[in-house]
Amino acid sequence: MSFDLANKVRPDFPILDRIVRGGNALVYLDSAATSQKPNQVIDAEAQYYREINATIHRSGHELGELASAAYEEARQNIAGFVGAKAQNLIFTKNATEGLNLVAYAFLNATLMHRNGQTKYAQYALNPGDVILLTEMEHHANMVPWQHIAQLTGAAIKYIPVSDDGVLELSEDLFTNNCKIIAVTHQSNVLGTINDVAKIAEYANAIGAHLILDACQSVPHLPTNLENLNVAAAAWSGHKMLGPTGVGCLFLSDDLLLGLPPFLLGGNMIENVTFEKSTYRSDNGKFEAGTMNIAQVIGLSAAATYLSEIGLDRVHQHEVGLTRKALTALLEMPGIRVLGPSEMSIRGGLISFEVNGVHPHDVSQYLDANGIAIRAGHHCAWPLHRRLGAVASSRASFYLYNTEAEVEQFLAAVSEIRSYFKVA
Amino acid sequence: MNLDALYQEIILDHYKSPHGQGLQPDFTGEAFHVNTSCGDEVTVRVMVADGTIKEMTHDGVGCSISRASASVLHDLTDKQESNKFYELLDEFVELMHSQGKTEPNEDVLGDAAAFAGVSKYPARVKCALLPWMAMKDAMEGNTDE
Repeated sequence: MSFDLANKVRPDFPILDRIVRGGNALVYLDSAATSQKPNQVIDAEAQYYREINATIHRSGHELGELASAAYEEARQNIAGFVGAKAQNLIFTKNATEGLNLVAYAFLNATLMHRNGQTKYAQYALNPGDVILLTEMEHHANMVPWQHIAQLTGAAIKYIPVSDDGVLELSEDLFTNNCKIIAVTHQSNVLGTINDVAKIAEYANAIGAHLILDACQSVPHLPTNLENLNVAAAAWSGHKMLGPTGVGCLFLSDDLLLGLPPFLLGGNMIENVTFEKSTYRSDNGKFEAGTMNIAQVIGLSAAATYLSEIGLDRVHQHEVGLTRKALTALLEMPGIRVLGPSEMSIRGGLISFEVNGVHPHDVSQYLDANGIAIRAGHHCAWPLHRRLGAVASSRASFYLYNTEAEVEQFLAAVSEIRSYFKVA
Repeated sequence: MNLDALYQEIILDHYKSPHGQGLQPDFTGEAFHVNTSCGDEVTVRVMVADGTIKEMTHDGVGCSISRASASVLHDLTDKQESNKFYELLDEFVELMHSQGKTEPNEDVLGDAAAFAGVSKYPARVKCALLPWMAMKDAMEGNTDE
């Protein structure tokens, strides 16, 4: 059934045939950190370099035209993949840069407004204003906002997370002084899929800008950003089978046209004199300098690859694997699973603690068995403190993982406590 | 399983029953270190007088390697001359950076020689060094010198 998907796609991922530590076949359960890449993506990037490499939007020669066309086609394709228009899609280095771009653009708007440029009033942050985050945010969607709050005098508030890893949403939190609301679509620690439609409804009722961290959703769930009604959404390419070094930022028309730029330099200008410069008004305003052209083209191949399979099918496959792992872990003695035990609000990852054994030791034991997972605070340190955990171990699944791999993982986890003599 | 070379019996024993754990109220130097990649924490306190470490205590949360390392460090330095700590530190740092290519000097390192296997795992070297670096700062921060 759904497990056929992995066997069908695995030949496309050469790295999955690797033999790792101890002569074991690799069991890769760390896709939430970064996914593996199919030949189609590797080839698309290499083909660009072999055949059409040139800088885009500047060179009048044939290669320049071909590269520009391929880049813009990629934009079209990736925008379609997330239900957005190409004009609203901006390429970045990664999701962190995308979120920083938005945060710094709001800071710039604030400074320009304070210098008398009244057109930035609706983006300016002032003392008394609130940036509303959630307790489950990744550092990338928390640290930039803390910084911007400090610089502007705005306050940071948090939507609390319950003990079982669900947002405690209440309309009372969405007060009129909330200017920015930044939330994750799916927690990279808890696996919880947040009710973005509900949050968007509350945000829009008070006219706040809703910024979405879509890193764990776009690669794994069918996502339509226009339907979600968000002001901005950022995600990274390397978590969705694409190359490293490319991320995406969706900006609604409002933010795209209204926010001032973040990075300045080549390409993003309209006119430059010795005295001053004016900026482009389209998405080019946010793409300064030579872009990551090869990576964008590789990412487009990844979007095509995922579209051909269908995100519904990818999600169902992950749900099957996660349910199997979750059911077993919840029954295993000495294991504490972080996040909801209810599969219907969960994506394809599970973070857990092994009683008496530190996550580093858990991952080391699994590594000796060829099983790659992540140990640490997963760049969500405050969330771990909130849940009373120093760190956790995380197994994450993707379309290429098999039921047999989940069984291997479970068997190894069940041995850990006796190896470390705590059971 | 070659994992046993990393998790030697000595290390697991120290992890299970750590020595010198629990901070003493009187001290001349203290340092708190965090491994930012995992959140592991250690605090080391030293009471140094007349060129001697009268007392070394520690506390923290962490993996078996970092906790056992703190326990072994206590055994090696508590009630010893300050100079001995620095000699040990040089020896231990060198061992940790040896990538498994150096035979540990057991005469000098004692139980700390059991950490030789850690040097083959670059991600774990930081865990073993965490209490040592904290103690180095605690020693430098002490008011005796």
